[in-house]
Amino acid sequence: MSARPVIAIAVATGFLAVLPLVTTTNTMLNFLSFAMIITIAAQGWNILAGFGGQFSFGHAVFFGTGAYAMALLQVRFGVNPWLALPISAGFGAAVGFGIGYLSFRARLRGSYFALVTLAFAEVFRISANAWSFTGGAAGVLVPLKLDAAQMQFADKRAFYWLALAFVAAALLLTHHLTRSRFGAQLVAVRENEEAARALGVDALAVKLRAILLSGGVTATAGCLYAQKFLYLDANIAYGTWISVEALLAPIIGGLGTVFGPLLGAIVLLGLGEITKTLFSGIAGGAVPGVDLVIFGILLILTVAYAPRGVLGLLHGWRLRFAARKEAE
Amino acid sequence: MSAPILSVRDVTKRFGGLLAVDDARFDVLPGSITGLIGPNGAGKTTLFAIIAGFEPATSGTVVFNGQDISALPAHVRALKGIARTFQIVQPFAGLSVRENIAVGAYLRHHARGTALEMADTVGHQLGLGAMLDQPAGQLTVAGRKRLELARALATKPELLLLDEVLAGLNPSEIRDMIPLVQAIRAGGVSILIVEHVMQAVMSLCDHVHVLAQGRIIASGVPGDVARDPRVIEAYLGHGAAARMQALDPGGAHA
Repeated sequence: MSARPVIAIAVATGFLAVLPLVTTTNTMLNFLSFAMIITIAAQGWNILAGFGGQFSFGHAVFFGTGAYAMALLQVRFGVNPWLALPISAGFGAAVGFGIGYLSFRARLRGSYFALVTLAFAEVFRISANAWSFTGGAAGVLVPLKLDAAQMQFADKRAFYWLALAFVAAALLLTHHLTRSRFGAQLVAVRENEEAARALGVDALAVKLRAILLSGGVTATAGCLYAQKFLYLDANIAYGTWISVEALLAPIIGGLGTVFGPLLGAIVLLGLGEITKTLFSGIAGGAVPGVDLVIFGILLILTVAYAPRGVLGLLHGWRLRFAARKEAE
Repeated sequence: MSAPILSVRDVTKRFGGLLAVDDARFDVLPGSITGLIGPNGAGKTTLFAIIAGFEPATSGTVVFNGQDISALPAHVRALKGIARTFQIVQPFAGLSVRENIAVGAYLRHHARGTALEMADTVGHQLGLGAMLDQPAGQLTVAGRKRLELARALATKPELLLLDEVLAGLNPSEIRDMIPLVQAIRAGGVSILIVEHVMQAVMSLCDHVHVLAQGRIIASGVPGDVARDPRVIEAYLGHGAAARMQALDPGGAHA
């Protein structure tokens, strides 16, 4: 029973790892790398919202903090990216703890918590846009040094595999969560905070741990983003787009599940990519924002017809299939 | 007589202008089943919330095992050995029955294996053995009441606060539930019970405190308390005791 999800993680990772050996087009590799980065960001959101029931609308604050820390540590302080990454993830976790401490201690829940996180993300975005240390509106450029020691690879596949390794780690971390005391307490807080407290669960401490973890994971995605594109500005790093994608992927894939964010990110970005290509074929040029329309439609369809996401849908079909087989 | 496991001392609770609990004081003796009864709106549930740490008292103290716990938050009181159930059952609906009970078991067992094992044991003890893998949301009312009890019991409490665990059950379900409560006491857990089902109070409780309009108006063994004119008036209105006395001078039906 305990081995099955671990095997599933190994199979999924193995499958994704051999993909670049089959398709070597640049578009495909870029798409896959980007999907991995979004998966990690989404897994961070999933820990706090899917498992903990605390819906954040501003996970950009963690993504951006990770991305900026990663870039600035290299550019301003000459820190090696392999060292800068864990430090930056730590910054994300610290920001998470700070926001959690302020909002959870004030007993903010539900839409109030969502609004506060959105506000924090905006404050960070505006500050990063104004402050000269973060490059202001011009952003930060990480100098190109194609060298594995600088976490920059001549072969695009190498970066993809690196991102995939982090995805695998995030999957294992989440799987561990589903089987730990902390995970059980976190889900209990999501389901009913009063009842959890009556059973000796320190709800505040549990939520703080969750947002710390969530911030660290999503910040790691930001680090990878900075290192892949080697450029960022405030509207990229702290932009609403990442807050939205980090929450759409788990909702579409399956909230509070180990694989939901991965599945959701691939479906979401895949459909977005296909629509963009189709529309530019029809319209004779790129139609900006078309993928966002698709995201909106997907969200509506998920909420209306598959509230437990793609995974819930698959599970339902499997049960029905098994029932039909039994009937025969 | 042994020292009380729980002492409620001069507890008062005000909600703005409303005096919900007025200078309440009573004890729960170790190993006893103590009843807290009273008409609707008497302040029983508020008093429970104060004892369990869900509401701060306006004044007064709660002493558990000789220690003043008035300032401790609910989860610390649970760790010290106070568990409660809710009048309106609060299952973790998305989790299975086993996982629900395991949340309670995790309080004293950090390893998943032992917590789940304990959840199984407690589940069987309370007659939920066949339902352990069911989602808690699918249980019947009686099942949810048992789950409420099982979760609380899995925290290994010394004192169990039961808030109307029999409310909403039919007579046969009540008959099934009473021995469960007695078995819990036999296992060494002291119980404070808020209950409206008088038949259950009479058969379960060693000692009863009556709360009316926030005040403790009578205390004693159940039979005596039920005959107390002040208690009859609290339930049935002013003058009721005298009228009953006139109807039945011998007191044979008390």
